[in-house]
Amino acid sequence: MATQVLDRNLHIRAIDAYIDPSVPRERAIITHGHADHARSGHGSVLATPDTIAIMKVRYGEDCAGRFEALDFGVPLKIDDVTITFFPAGHVLGSAQVLVESQGQRVVVTGDYKRLPDRTSQPYELVKCDLLVTEATFGLPVFQHPHPKLEIARLLKSVADQPERSHLVGSYALGKAQRVIGLLRDAGWDAPIYLHGAMIRLCELYEELGVPLGDLRPATGTVKAEMAGQIVIAPPSAIRDRWSRRFPDPVVCQASGWMSVKQRARQALVELPLVISDHCDWSELQQTIHETEAKSVWVTHGREDALVYWCRTQGLQAEPLNIQSFEDDGGEGAEE
Amino acid sequence: MKRFAQLLELLALTPSRTRKLAALTQYFREIPDPDRGFALAVLTGALTFRNVKPALLKDIVLREVDPTLFAMSYDYVGDLGETIALIWPHHGQQSDLPSLTDLIELFNMTSKAELPKLIAALLTQAGINERWAVVKLATGALRIGVSARLAKTALADMSGKDLQEIEEVWHGLKVPYLDLFAWLDGKAERPHVDQSARFHPLMLSNPIDEEKDLGRFDPKDFSAEWKWDGIRVQLVLGDGTVSLFSRTGDDIANAFPDIVENAQGVAVLDGELLVGKDFEPGSFNDLQQRLNKKVASAKHLKDSPAFIRVYDILFDGREDVRTLEWTERRRRLEAWLKANPQTRLDISEVLPFADWDDLAAQRRQGADEHGHEGVMIKLRGSPYVPGRPKGYWFKWKRDPNVVDAVLMYAQRGHGKRSSFYSDYTFGVWKGNEIVPIGKAYFGFTDEELKLLDKWIRANTLQAFGPVREVKKELVFEVAFDSAQESTRHKSGVALRFPRISRIRWDKPASEAATLADMAVFVAAS
Repeated sequence: MATQVLDRNLHIRAIDAYIDPSVPRERAIITHGHADHARSGHGSVLATPDTIAIMKVRYGEDCAGRFEALDFGVPLKIDDVTITFFPAGHVLGSAQVLVESQGQRVVVTGDYKRLPDRTSQPYELVKCDLLVTEATFGLPVFQHPHPKLEIARLLKSVADQPERSHLVGSYALGKAQRVIGLLRDAGWDAPIYLHGAMIRLCELYEELGVPLGDLRPATGTVKAEMAGQIVIAPPSAIRDRWSRRFPDPVVCQASGWMSVKQRARQALVELPLVISDHCDWSELQQTIHETEAKSVWVTHGREDALVYWCRTQGLQAEPLNIQSFEDDGGEGAEE
Repeated sequence: MKRFAQLLELLALTPSRTRKLAALTQYFREIPDPDRGFALAVLTGALTFRNVKPALLKDIVLREVDPTLFAMSYDYVGDLGETIALIWPHHGQQSDLPSLTDLIELFNMTSKAELPKLIAALLTQAGINERWAVVKLATGALRIGVSARLAKTALADMSGKDLQEIEEVWHGLKVPYLDLFAWLDGKAERPHVDQSARFHPLMLSNPIDEEKDLGRFDPKDFSAEWKWDGIRVQLVLGDGTVSLFSRTGDDIANAFPDIVENAQGVAVLDGELLVGKDFEPGSFNDLQQRLNKKVASAKHLKDSPAFIRVYDILFDGREDVRTLEWTERRRRLEAWLKANPQTRLDISEVLPFADWDDLAAQRRQGADEHGHEGVMIKLRGSPYVPGRPKGYWFKWKRDPNVVDAVLMYAQRGHGKRSSFYSDYTFGVWKGNEIVPIGKAYFGFTDEELKLLDKWIRANTLQAFGPVREVKKELVFEVAFDSAQESTRHKSGVALRFPRISRIRWDKPASEAATLADMAVFVAAS
């Protein structure tokens, strides 16, 4: 039934549109701006206005033949198919896609999280018949702590070691701005220093109405003056040559993967911060229950465990095994 | 428990040794007895629980978690303790756990039948980090990169006492070390332990400086022996008790029952553990195989019997002879061996020599014909002093072998060097390809390291995580002590103590050594 609306490549046959296709397509619907979901070279792109702005900054103004912006909650009818975007709470502009056709409701979540985040529109639950969910942290070992606690650990470390600078490894889109937002909420009003790769996207967030406070480029600062400061940089830069310009840096990394201490150790991360922009295991379970979906397709992550669990709950469930290109250094795509 | 959990986490995640030491010192200073003593026992591996075992913890978790999901999770995390800590599904009112002391007491006092209930309650009550620490404590597998030596160094830093003095009493102490801490705090005398029946820190040698030392030393004041290529051990023989310690004081008796069961008498002896039949030492590889096993197999016992080539005596019977001169100790050692016939001990013979040139010639000949590592030179008048005292014992290694090898892979270092590629795999020609023969860390100036780091980044072929494969163009001069056949390496050759002696920026890779060149070194050992 539901499979007539959408096939396993997330292809909506009736209107020949693909959701987050990994190769260039004539018509693409893009959930959010991360590289394993948004690529350049599509004929036309349907996405939220924020996602389109992000894609243009990351890939260039003409990274797609045509852009069509669709606001959250506004149904778009194309032939017999109605498309509506709902906030996914993952990064700015991130959307779940509701596809309605032949009386069936299908939701493709893209990446999502349930916790409020002031740098992203808050997640909205959408009931459906078929749920296509991500499973980045789809194992019961992933139980994310509250991000406030993690930021408190970072600030305590900064206070305890005023002679060192703290380098927080964060992906440039989403995680960097989230960490900055959490720091501001925790009362950190001092300038926050940015690796060059972060600057343009932070500016864009501000242009799109997300205030991030006093941000400065880390390049060109005086080493001694960086003691006690917080620097945000891509994970690849924090252990590399780039880090040598800071005094005795504390290597931190903000990621859901950081809950596994042996992993953090191997990655030479001294202060792991478990801050994730995805659902943890119990939030995935909660979402599957609350959508009241009878069928679940699982993609992007640890499909096997979540599929197994869905079946123990009497749901129809299948892994999609969509090829996903991992972005930065193995452990998962941008998150 | 919270404070101990924080300490464990910091130790696990801080790459810097200095910072680990500072954290340990601070902990031992701030935490009262007996908690700090139990913490010390946990860190030095001196504590085990009879009934709390990894399998028990797994059972407890599997009562609460679907086995399939647990297996998938364990597969992903890779560490049983950490999987358990992360997957535990119940989170109660997070109140403070019992103190470390009370927790250990609870583990020891609770009956086997009641333990699962106790542990489940603790896991539920704990916050995530304490849960991790409780599991680490219960399974005993810390894996946090802290050696017993580091913990003891922190005790020395804390108290201003000499590390050697702490090592002296260490093996006679009991958990939770109240008498030790009282002494370290300056509130009591140094604890008294039975001096004969425990590990005594070893006396170590210094490398000889041929130009400076040999000119001013009178050969008549010194005695010489071969430098044996085994592992240094201390054999402690009491009345019916036998302990065999490695140079760091770890008891390795279980792996060498052939020695333990056959030794007799009362003494503390210093010597080299070797394997081979009829006191004929085999290769270091054979010894390595036995060292890798916690318990010796029958095949090993038969094919690679172990023996100790003794060269010093610390206690003759129960008498401490360490203050006597070497000449007198040597006489005592020979007499003791005569009075206590042994089947697994022999004596390291003294090499007569006329002058330094004569000894140099013997050293060269021994290296070429028998693969000896070099000679030991001992001042006849020297007492047995723990540590590495100056002026008593010297090692005079044979000249290192050198080979020109080609850099193949580079890996990032740790701690301060984590942003530099400072760990190198190099190889030699085998036909048209380069095959790896060894791995070494960088041992040069920061300036050279920077140049090398830059070259590696500019000449990377591909990267696998922290490892980069580079163009096979840069030649290293690699010095090493000896080469042996090895089935573990593709090249079939393994080097002992390889180090990079020079970077040959000038030399083209085509002029590097071949595998055939290496055969000469293998044959010599």
